[in-house]
Amino acid sequence: MLLRIDRDHNRFKEIVKGRIKRDFRKYITREELVGRRGDRLVSIPVPQIELPRFRHGKNQAQGVGQGSGKEGDPADGAQGEGVGTAGDQPGRHMLEVEISYDELAQILGEELELPDIRPKGSKHTHQTKDRYTGIRATGPESLRHVKRTYKKALKRQIASGTYDPDNPIIIPIKEDKLYRSWKPSREPRANAAVFYLMDVSGSMGDEQKEIVRIESFWIDTWLRYQYRDVEFRYIVHDAVAHEVDRQTFFHLKESGGTKISSAYDLLGKILGEEYPAVDWNLYVFQFSDGDNWGSGDTERCLELLDEEFLPVVNLFAYGQVESPYGSGQFLKDVGSRFGESENLILSEIQDKDKVYDSIKEFLGKGR
Amino acid sequence: MSIPAELQKEADRIAEIARGFGLDFYHTIFELVSYEELNQVASYGGFPIRYPHWRFGMEYEKLEKGHVYGLSKIYELVINNDPCYAYLMDTNALVDQKLVMAHVYGHADFFKNNLYFSKTNRRMMDQMANHGDRIRRYIDRHGLERVETFLDGALSIENLIDPHWVVADRRRPARVEEDEESMPSVRKIPSKEYMDSFVNPEEFMELQRRKLAEEQQRRRRFPERPERDVLAFLMEYAPIERWQRDILGIVREEGYYFAPQGMTKIMNEGWASYWHSRILTEKVLDDSEIVDYADHAAAVFSMPPGSFNPYKIGVELWRDIERRWDRGQFGPEFEECDDLEARASWDTGAGLGQEKIFEVRKLHNDITFIDTFLTADFCNRNQLFVSTYNERTKRYEISDRDFSKIKAQLLWHLTNSGQPIIAVENGNFENRGELLLLHDHQGVDLDLAYAEGTLRNIQRVWGRPVNIGTVVGGKPKILTHDGESFQDRDE
Repeated sequence: MLLRIDRDHNRFKEIVKGRIKRDFRKYITREELVGRRGDRLVSIPVPQIELPRFRHGKNQAQGVGQGSGKEGDPADGAQGEGVGTAGDQPGRHMLEVEISYDELAQILGEELELPDIRPKGSKHTHQTKDRYTGIRATGPESLRHVKRTYKKALKRQIASGTYDPDNPIIIPIKEDKLYRSWKPSREPRANAAVFYLMDVSGSMGDEQKEIVRIESFWIDTWLRYQYRDVEFRYIVHDAVAHEVDRQTFFHLKESGGTKISSAYDLLGKILGEEYPAVDWNLYVFQFSDGDNWGSGDTERCLELLDEEFLPVVNLFAYGQVESPYGSGQFLKDVGSRFGESENLILSEIQDKDKVYDSIKEFLGKGR
Repeated sequence: MSIPAELQKEADRIAEIARGFGLDFYHTIFELVSYEELNQVASYGGFPIRYPHWRFGMEYEKLEKGHVYGLSKIYELVINNDPCYAYLMDTNALVDQKLVMAHVYGHADFFKNNLYFSKTNRRMMDQMANHGDRIRRYIDRHGLERVETFLDGALSIENLIDPHWVVADRRRPARVEEDEESMPSVRKIPSKEYMDSFVNPEEFMELQRRKLAEEQQRRRRFPERPERDVLAFLMEYAPIERWQRDILGIVREEGYYFAPQGMTKIMNEGWASYWHSRILTEKVLDDSEIVDYADHAAAVFSMPPGSFNPYKIGVELWRDIERRWDRGQFGPEFEECDDLEARASWDTGAGLGQEKIFEVRKLHNDITFIDTFLTADFCNRNQLFVSTYNERTKRYEISDRDFSKIKAQLLWHLTNSGQPIIAVENGNFENRGELLLLHDHQGVDLDLAYAEGTLRNIQRVWGRPVNIGTVVGGKPKILTHDGESFQDRDE
């Protein structure tokens, strides 16, 4: 049912989207956004979209309540120390607004001026789509084919002799009506798989992982918008590599050394077994602080990159997160070997503020 | 959208019973609506049609989410209008519908009889539709962006009206033509230098200067008295177009229409709850329904620790008044009695309870209601307390159970409906055509983030910088928005 409020409601959503767009740079590094992913909707806290008006500040306020307890007890009856939510953002009243991933991706695309991805040709996967190609005699009025209906009515009137060329009025009767009908058709569709590789050795701290988390959120959002179905795989490594689920990927804490080649080996194995390059658009995002164990291991990595990955993937993105312990050598090594390559992107992420630029570098090529 | 005969029969029966109790209300029309429709109507403040504005959409978004997540359920909606309109949700059980009906008749009686509603427009339903038409026309003519921006500004100050005019006849804002003549400095008659002291004698010049200063002084006192009705002031003096003036008028009229509801929330909700509970339990419900009713009532009257539920306090106060006047627990003799035992069992058999509550519902608003009828006994019985925000633990804590403090706190909250008291002090501040508002600081500072936004919105209407004199952290300050930036300075 169409409600009168829909117009105001849509206008409100437009305003919210405008607000998000305006402050997009700020939103991009917001951790809470990342934590609020649902299946299709993200809920975004938007500050003070309500109309401002003069009101009393909160912190000196008193209230009247009801209940037992002695002086100094918390007014809400809760036990223990209060949680620090009330005071840390004075005067800001957050409104949770839900927008879909697609809308968020659109905003991301517009703000970062990201080109659409041109998928690689893919022969084997298809999707069905309804196409309105046929005509039939029954159907809903909304699908009525006006031209065909009148043509048929005209034919009938001429045949029955009720048509007068001087007074060309055509009145279709029920039997004249024709409707569009649809046929499901199979269309080729592009598939994508995304691999995240992360170094979880001791030198990667919480701050570094947070950056990875934020980046991956936006990369996910964008790729899901570009491809209908995306598969995600997660690989962590220190000196050995494991495939893990998403939850573990972002929360695992290991110590020990770093052998990037271990992750590359695992990646190569998965690619070879499950993702033939002819069928898949493949994306690899690797995050590390750039420390690797000895030049021998780096050498092996470069070989794998050159021979196994770069020829097949749409994009191989290496993001180097700056950490106080990492040397950052890996980025230099890769850079000096491959230089500017079509599908290899290297990005240095010094801190959270650089996430914005780094996403732009990663996704800006439209591959 | 009329209601099924079965429900209408119930509505008529309950109306008859309510009248039997002495309630007096306009003809009340119930509409059966789906929850989407109810949310829509609720977003529009109870009306089926309002002017287009996104804040109704925001309201809708909140309600919709609240419903889907089961956080809130709109209990009842009734419009102060003749005839009265009220809504029933089509998914409610019959016992709920009966409860809503009885509750609605309570509100309808209050709307019709309470003094503070006596000046409200009883054809507001039509008027609201009218406002909608006008604003839609302005949007067609001047474009959505312009009208919306202006409306945002106007709505930002919709609460800046003069509550005294809710019961008095409002003066009609009249456009006062400004004196365009500028104030020159004292003019000298041209003369040679050596003749100057004779042609323009010093005493005369001094006199003229004083006259001019006085003139300017008078000009500066504009408005002559501080003006609480900021909307009316802007309508009269802001350099705006006709349609903009009309929008201010619309917002102001609706502001005055809704104001009495804010001023009588505790009384009104309490009154309606008092009556639905009497009507239902005494006359309407059969045995099989009473448990459902009790369950529902328990939810409505629940007061989670630390919160304040006007339904609950209101209904308890009404019952308290009825009991006290039934038993003669009022007057100097009772007040002076110190014997707790005697006070508790005090009963002169006066039987004035019913008479009293009908009198109170006619004459009082929340402030006078609390001021007159909140007693120390009542506060004790209901375990009321004052809570204060503790900066260190970042939470509200119980700070006092003293009766006078509780009462003072409640009254403070009710004064001006808990909004800061603000008036136009000067329409030609600094003699630069700036607007100066004055915040009557009562111990609590303004929220600065909101003040900034509000000043900015007023500035859009006024055209020149807008200032507000207030106190921030114990220091007198003037906050200014000149359209580009927000500043504060010490006064």
